[in-house]
Amino acid sequence: MHPVLKLLTQRIALGLVLMLAASVMIFAGTQILPGDVAQSILGQSATPQSLANLRAELGLNDPAWLRYFRWLGAALQGDLGTALTNKQDIATSMGLRLGNTLFLAFWAALISVPTAILLGLIAVRYQGRWPDKLISGVTLATVSVPEFLLGYIVMFYLAVKFRAFPSVATVYDSMSLGEKLNAIALPVIVLVLVVLGHMMRMTRAAILNVMQSAYVETAELKGLRPFTVIARHAFPNAIAPVVNVVMINLAYLVVGVVVVEVVFVYPGMGQYLVDHVSKRDVPVVQACGLVFAAVYIGLNMLADVISILANPRLRHPK
Amino acid sequence: MMRIPISALIGLTLTALYFLGAIFAGLVAPYGMAEIVGDSWEPASAAHWLGTDSIGRDLLSRMIWGGQVTIFVATAGTILSFVTGSVLGFTAAVAGGWIDQALSRFVDLIMAVPALIFALVVLSVMPVTLPVLILVMGLLDATRVFRLARAVAVDITVMDYVEAARLRGERRAWIIFREILPNALSPLVAEMGLRFIFMVLFISTLSFLGLGVQPPLADWGGIVKENKEGIVYGIPAALIPAIAIATLAISVNLVADWILNRTTSLKGGRGG
Repeated sequence: MHPVLKLLTQRIALGLVLMLAASVMIFAGTQILPGDVAQSILGQSATPQSLANLRAELGLNDPAWLRYFRWLGAALQGDLGTALTNKQDIATSMGLRLGNTLFLAFWAALISVPTAILLGLIAVRYQGRWPDKLISGVTLATVSVPEFLLGYIVMFYLAVKFRAFPSVATVYDSMSLGEKLNAIALPVIVLVLVVLGHMMRMTRAAILNVMQSAYVETAELKGLRPFTVIARHAFPNAIAPVVNVVMINLAYLVVGVVVVEVVFVYPGMGQYLVDHVSKRDVPVVQACGLVFAAVYIGLNMLADVISILANPRLRHPK
Repeated sequence: MMRIPISALIGLTLTALYFLGAIFAGLVAPYGMAEIVGDSWEPASAAHWLGTDSIGRDLLSRMIWGGQVTIFVATAGTILSFVTGSVLGFTAAVAGGWIDQALSRFVDLIMAVPALIFALVVLSVMPVTLPVLILVMGLLDATRVFRLARAVAVDITVMDYVEAARLRGERRAWIIFREILPNALSPLVAEMGLRFIFMVLFISTLSFLGLGVQPPLADWGGIVKENKEGIVYGIPAALIPAIAIATLAISVNLVADWILNRTTSLKGGRGG
């Protein structure tokens, strides 16, 4: 078997095992309470009858492993169960919200990835001089402020002071693409700022690492212009680490979206999750956790797959 | 006399100020934590330096009391994650074999799910109290400390003096606490600063989502939540915690960078 193929199968198999293990963790995470879920949902004042009813409804009378396999089996067939609070089918209410969240994350990624790579290249080109220091300083500031505060700062200045964009990101199906983009402008700006800092710093580190190698020194000694050295010699070799950086940050974006959606009251997965955590609606929380974890693990797996494919040393087996 | 660079000095001073403010909140804060002293969202004045909040509490006092809660929770969480993470990390590195494999794979697994998502899942069934929050955050974060501690300790366990200790027949606990710990301390202390900041951001985020510190207790994330409605009317009360969190984060980072730069040989998992 070709070594690249072997590595790829191994990595994908590992990803699938991780997803399975993550589902166990998410399920177990709601079972570690000393009492039981029904008690904590209804509170101390619940009557024995209502407790018994809820236990029966949640299937709590069966052993945990049986409930786990029942839950996982149903989830694999697209049935995520029904919400405790409003008795609605979780998969249906989630579908629309997942689309909204991906829409938001897509635009954030589309803007942040090229910007981060470009800024990283500029920082490397002017390493140690003022453009590098300026970019590093600004990105350090953006990663030192939590997402939700960044959200309110952006909202305060762009929506309230300058009235450039709406402060609340409500989207409907009937809106045109332009209207939708105007509505999500602020959350996209915040997400871009959040991931840009991390992504730019990691890109800078990855390219600097390549810049220290011998062939780059040779290219410099040939008398090539600094930007040519970076674009022609350093960047192609930095693709694998940079792709990795991008994917890790896209995975990070999936989590950042949770908080940013709450700030801008955006009807996505994040808000759905947070709402139902406070309502102690365990089936919804488990379902959302499962989807978030799957996306996160999937993106990390994709990052490794791409860097395996992009690594020129693996293409020619000895 | 050791020369302390100016950036580290600024960082140390600000960090010390925040901690002193948190410890002596009762003496520093002009008003009580939940004391209603005026109308809602009064502008800044001589009596209320930062104005008042959504229900008329003095915002400066609330920030100081909130700083106490935030810093206390973050410190407790950091200590928990450090003790758990480094002891397990050193044990994995020293013991090797199946213990190392089991611990490392388990940590890989926990880190495969984003910390915030897992915390939300657990908090959906747990009572939201300070001890539970500290426990959940500390243990989730211990995974990162574990990785660093293990990486640093793996480099140290091959040193001659550790070999000598092994040959002398010292027990594992001696090797961990007397041979490895002193040599691994400075990358760990630098990492501690970063973990502390992460904890501050984590608890603020949870409180902002309404799943962290519960009212009437104040904390920086909660202050944002309480005052967020003011934003649309152009009242910046909710932005004040941003300044506190950002300055604390940057000053702790400056201190951590300085500690790390003093010892360039052992950087553990943090790379060049």
